[in-house]
Amino acid sequence: MLAALAVLWLALAWVSDGVFLSPRNLVNLAVQASAVGVMACGMVLVIAARQIDLSIGSVLGFTGMVIAGLQVQGGLFDAPLPWPAALAAGIALACAIGAWHGAWVAYARLPSFLVTLAGLLVFRGAAWLVSDGRTLAPLDDAYTRIGGGLGGAIGAPATWAIAAAACAAIAAARWRAPLHALPALAALIACAAIANAVPGPDGTSAGAPLPVLVLGAVALGVHGLATRTRFGRHVFAIGGSPIAAELAGIDVRGVTLRAFALLGALSGVAAALTTARLGAATNSMGTQTELAVIAAAVLGGTSLAGGAGSAGGAVLGALWMQSLENGMVLLDVTSALRQVVIGLVLIAAVAADTRARRDAR
Amino acid sequence: MSAPALEIAGLTKRFGGVTAVDGVTFSVGAGEVVALVGHNGAGKTTLVELLSGALHRDAGEVRVNGRAASLRSPREAQLAGVATLHQHLALADNLDATANVFLGHERRTRLGLLDERAMEREARALLDGLSPGFAALREPVALLSGGQRQLVAIARALRLDAKVLLMDEPTAALGPGERARVVELVQRLVAARLAILLVSHDLETALAVAQRIAVMRRGRLVAIRERAELDAASLAALAVG
Repeated sequence: MLAALAVLWLALAWVSDGVFLSPRNLVNLAVQASAVGVMACGMVLVIAARQIDLSIGSVLGFTGMVIAGLQVQGGLFDAPLPWPAALAAGIALACAIGAWHGAWVAYARLPSFLVTLAGLLVFRGAAWLVSDGRTLAPLDDAYTRIGGGLGGAIGAPATWAIAAAACAAIAAARWRAPLHALPALAALIACAAIANAVPGPDGTSAGAPLPVLVLGAVALGVHGLATRTRFGRHVFAIGGSPIAAELAGIDVRGVTLRAFALLGALSGVAAALTTARLGAATNSMGTQTELAVIAAAVLGGTSLAGGAGSAGGAVLGALWMQSLENGMVLLDVTSALRQVVIGLVLIAAVAADTRARRDAR
Repeated sequence: MSAPALEIAGLTKRFGGVTAVDGVTFSVGAGEVVALVGHNGAGKTTLVELLSGALHRDAGEVRVNGRAASLRSPREAQLAGVATLHQHLALADNLDATANVFLGHERRTRLGLLDERAMEREARALLDGLSPGFAALREPVALLSGGQRQLVAIARALRLDAKVLLMDEPTAALGPGERARVVELVQRLVAARLAILLVSHDLETALAVAQRIAVMRRGRLVAIRERAELDAASLAALAVG
């Protein structure tokens, strides 16, 4: 997976005369991958519990509209809310939508494919209804920083400080086997150096963009949830064998509902990243994003049969998808052809992965 | 004298027009093995499901150590002291032995996170007690042998501080060499004063470990005899009817 990504990057660097691997493009790539990456982390848990969520692109669109509608003049209410309140309300709403889908799946025992397919329609329509199809803008300047645009990076000193803190945490966790920690430490330092190599508007280093930091925090959080908590353990147990989980006394329904609610909340976070980056909320936001998210999760090693997957893999999968897209844009490939290529690469990647896993057994 | 570990009275379960378990009454004492035999469809597995909380009874009473047990869910059954070794072992194949032993009852640190070290230590102690030298604590149980998987399932049952252990076809998933180990294991568990209800259509194993043997036919308990009164031929005759 990691090796394949490296090969892809080198190939894209070669055909783009090195532009692909320029610090500015890599940072751009990471920012573009953030929204999909955030949702892919949540999707890992839903798929690991043998479910699927097709609604998240529409939920992103709907909650993005609501977050914008709450903070623009002449939006949902006469008096606009301050942006933090609008943001919190949007994420809470998205979480509630996830729980709504989860409840139908877990307690009414409806297939998640159908429930969330219905959600895809409902919330795409609801997004239109929020503003009668109008684009909502402009958004608060402080809010749009979350999207990584103007003023949306934290500068070189803070970037180094975060990288140093993360390195220290990894070193502390892996002190028994320091050699195993080396690749992660090297990657972190490389990321910080790349982010700091990009000049900001005032000519000094821009540093790490906020959406990438959000993605890092989400990935770390979901990783911890998956590997260190009862909830995560139960998600994977349900994916491994729903009957065994039930007989072991696990609250299968409650765990399933919570996995959907978490993915819903992360769709709200992705809605914030998307609207902040656009500086507006538009009707088409999040269209077909659910497919990119599922593809990212599966490319990252999440098994559609349930019981396997990781947040780190999902982030890599999101980078994979975005690298293809970004690389082909650099090469002036038309959007129609890009879709064809991405679809074919997805099949090839999953086929290779399936074969590798079959051989490993 | 104290009450038997497991008392069953008039236990009944119907599926539509079919009465799968029909007024079954018997008991198992602490430190006793009762084998329940009968053909496929005799109602053995339904009886196990009723006692393990996977199914809910239509009528009848169950007492564990003298206390009424409603057994409405697997969790309730476990809390009442009834552990079940399911025929297909009910393990999460993608998780390791330690995770399976503690599934649904994970130990946590003060911060609320999984306490992997404590769980691994306890799992090692339990599995070592059942089979000295059990090493594969951190491999997905899908990679273990039938016998090792069964040990993991038994370790889980024991960890719950069970009074009663239901063993549903414990030899079905095993090779012939491993059957002898089950017999030895059952004897060890009985020595620890567990009440064991061993459900099997393997008459040989039933005769090898049980003090009493109960025979079911078409949902009814048609006979319950002391082991000493039976031999292979007479037991087979009872089972066929």
